Amino acid sequence: MKDFAYARADNAAAAIDLVSRTPGAKYLGGGTNLVDLMREGIEQPDALVDVTHLSHRIEELDGGGIRIGAAAKNAEVANHRLVRERFPFLSQAIVFGASGQIRNAATVGGNLMQRTRCYYFYDDAARCNKRRPGAGCDAIGGFNRIHAILGTSESCIATHPSDMCVALAASDAVVHVEGSDGARRIPMVDFHRLPGDTPEVDTNLRRDELITAVDLPALPLARNSVYRKVRDRSSYAFAVVSVAAALRVEDGAVEDVRLALGGVAHKPWRAVEAEGVLRGADATEGSFRRAADEELRNARGYAHNAFKIELAKRTIVGVLNGLTDRERAR
Amino acid sequence: MQRDAGGTTISLRVNGTHHDLRVEPRVSLLDALREGLGLTGTKKGCNQGGCGACTVLVDGTRIISCLALAVMYQDREITTVEGLAQDGELHPLQAAFIERDGLQCGYCTPGQLLSAVGMMEEFRNGMPSSVSEDVPAGPAELSPSEIRERMSGNICRCGAYNGIVEAVRQTFDGEAAW
Repeated sequence: MKDFAYARADNAAAAIDLVSRTPGAKYLGGGTNLVDLMREGIEQPDALVDVTHLSHRIEELDGGGIRIGAAAKNAEVANHRLVRERFPFLSQAIVFGASGQIRNAATVGGNLMQRTRCYYFYDDAARCNKRRPGAGCDAIGGFNRIHAILGTSESCIATHPSDMCVALAASDAVVHVEGSDGARRIPMVDFHRLPGDTPEVDTNLRRDELITAVDLPALPLARNSVYRKVRDRSSYAFAVVSVAAALRVEDGAVEDVRLALGGVAHKPWRAVEAEGVLRGADATEGSFRRAADEELRNARGYAHNAFKIELAKRTIVGVLNGLTDRERAR
Repeated sequence: MQRDAGGTTISLRVNGTHHDLRVEPRVSLLDALREGLGLTGTKKGCNQGGCGACTVLVDGTRIISCLALAVMYQDREITTVEGLAQDGELHPLQAAFIERDGLQCGYCTPGQLLSAVGMMEEFRNGMPSSVSEDVPAGPAELSPSEIRERMSGNICRCGAYNGIVEAVRQTFDGEAAW
């Protein structure tokens, strides 16, 4: 690993100041992705500014929402009483991700900032447009069972591996960021990018912008929510497909719904098309299937991952059936 | 920001003892423990966060030390396998690993032990797992499937998993309904 300078920031302004005036500087959260990438030589920062001592408060917002300080550990969020009660699918998504040890070290900000990646991104002997823009992509014609089926480009078919971010995308979460040009709020669904012809850029953050908090606006229907992760082994593996869903049924019809998919795209995939079909529709398997078909209409399979298209549809239907049963029992 | 040639002096508190040592910022907590302090009980397996052999406790919370930079963990209370036994007496979990054959080659054992101690603390605090039925209510009991799920970050290439689960179960039996 290349040597680098290190500093611990005591507040956000100091961290932003350091990164903005130090070329090659990056923010450091728990390090569970960044340190690994540095050891592999994929990330080579000249300086790291440790932001794990900034706000990790989890507090209630007026109206019933929740604000999560960006330095909160993933595990702290998963086990917070308010999150478990009001956004159970967020708790679930987090404990479906990584391992207990990693969830204790990884921060919320760092979870958002982990690289969208695939095996070829890590393999120095392979071509990867993410690692070296313009080099080409060996995943598209290679072994691509785990790769994306939605929003892909000729440059990149990697997936964003976070489980937490899928539940955040379904929750209408808002990301608070601050940089030398001031503060702004970015809806979670606009935070990450599709690859297009610049797959080396994962997010819409500017270089010195720091994530300070993530807001979960009040979302009463999220009390009836679930995260389902389909993977090749039952623990400690990335999603082949995952679904985060919250559902409200009144008089047999879908009153409101939130739906997002993981393991299928370069970013957490908010299923806007499916939600549009579902709102007002009968809460029946037929409606759920139509909604899933609509969402996956433009999906594209590659040599080894075309099965994900049908798997995603069936997982959506299964999750919505389960939530409907719970609503009936309410 | 300046680089300090030859590294910087940090203080680490390990198993109740204070140590000052000189490290470059790129030195992992794992390497600082093993190479800097000679505490070789903590093992280097994959060195990329996948196997759990390097698990230690920081202020009672389990983390993997291979992806942690030593400079980040100054003045925290770090516990390694060397700190589990007290006054010459094995930790009950260590004794249970022996009794239940929770190991074969033993290389993953320090990580398994620290991970299980940290895992129990999480369970006591109501942390749900992906196999918990009711997330708002938290886990009902530390069943074998809960143990397996919560310990999935620790790989045992000898496959001593049945013994490991039994040892964890036996040790914490008084705390949970089986």
